[in-house]
Amino acid sequence: MAEPNRLERRDFVKVVVAALGTIMGACITLPAIGYLLSPALAVQKKEDWIPLGPLDSYTIGVPTLFSFTRTTINGWERTVNSYGVYITRFDDVTHKVFSNKCTHLSCRVTWQEDLAEYLCPCHDGFFDIDGEVISGPPPAPLTEYETKVEEGVLYIFFVEG
Amino acid sequence: MAVKMFTWIDERLGLSTIYNVVLDRNVPKVNWWYTLGSASLFLFALQVVTGIFLTVYYVPSPDHAYDSVQYIMNEVSFGWLIRGVHHWGATLMVIFVFIHMLRTFYFAAYKYPREITWLTGVFLLLATLGMGFTGYLLPWNQRAYWATTVGTEIPGTAPFIGDFIIRILRGGSDLSAVTLARFFSVHIWFLPAIIVLLISVHMYLVIRIGISSVPKKEE
Repeated sequence: MAEPNRLERRDFVKVVVAALGTIMGACITLPAIGYLLSPALAVQKKEDWIPLGPLDSYTIGVPTLFSFTRTTINGWERTVNSYGVYITRFDDVTHKVFSNKCTHLSCRVTWQEDLAEYLCPCHDGFFDIDGEVISGPPPAPLTEYETKVEEGVLYIFFVEG
Repeated sequence: MAVKMFTWIDERLGLSTIYNVVLDRNVPKVNWWYTLGSASLFLFALQVVTGIFLTVYYVPSPDHAYDSVQYIMNEVSFGWLIRGVHHWGATLMVIFVFIHMLRTFYFAAYKYPREITWLTGVFLLLATLGMGFTGYLLPWNQRAYWATTVGTEIPGTAPFIGDFIIRILRGGSDLSAVTLARFFSVHIWFLPAIIVLLISVHMYLVIRIGISSVPKKEE
């Protein structure tokens, strides 16, 4: 009855079940994995050019604090973080913008008019007008932002961190 | 090698015995109506799996429930699929369990010695409806909110204890965060646990006693 090359009904069913089972399994498993990984794969672009207003509004020689907020969306929630930067104009063309986040343990530094230094109140860290460490525990100078001026408006290239 | 490994495992776990008893058991010549129990079981498994997946993102709080469901539907990859399967699976499960009960009733399969199988089946139907009722509130949209307002108001019309029943169902006199939390808890812990227990007894009895054959005309 059985010819040598004839596919038995039983074997045919086995192959079809295995093939369909694999396809169905993949159709279920792949979406499931995508579902679980989804938020991890959604990378939010955090760096951006932030306008700090007209450059002329900042007095030359006086570090001035500028505060702004950045909103990130995590799942269905909006998280608003506020940031502060110090803008210092040295003359008409040169200026520097520093983060007010202390490089030691992320307390916020403030410009002390009388000392002409940045003070971090948490552990007495001092920075000079160029952001360099004068004394105290900070391991590195204040973080400086890349800047540009377009049509008189000062921008910083903001990078999270 | 594979055969040897299987023999080693089978000798200790008795897998082939389970196969012989559960899947290779004798059944009378039956028709398609007899597949509804298996279909219900499959749908329950589907609901368990998709439900577990939904809890990854769903938050049972009035502040987050609606937004987290919107997030699942619009942002999460295949979130629409998982929730869609859970949504339609719920409806199908109620239909299948109900027709399964009708089949048992019309074929008189509930009679001796299958009374306990029938009894657990009745509670399984009620638990399934309970799953539908508690799950309906969870998206926390207008339909969910008002459906549950009405649904909890109905037992409240019972004389004397009506108000007390409402307070039990809602966790207070108003539909609130407490209601959402307890419906969620009942939906994902209490009822599934009860259903699993009842299914175990139900299935044990089906395997132990066997299923009834299609009634003959002269009976």
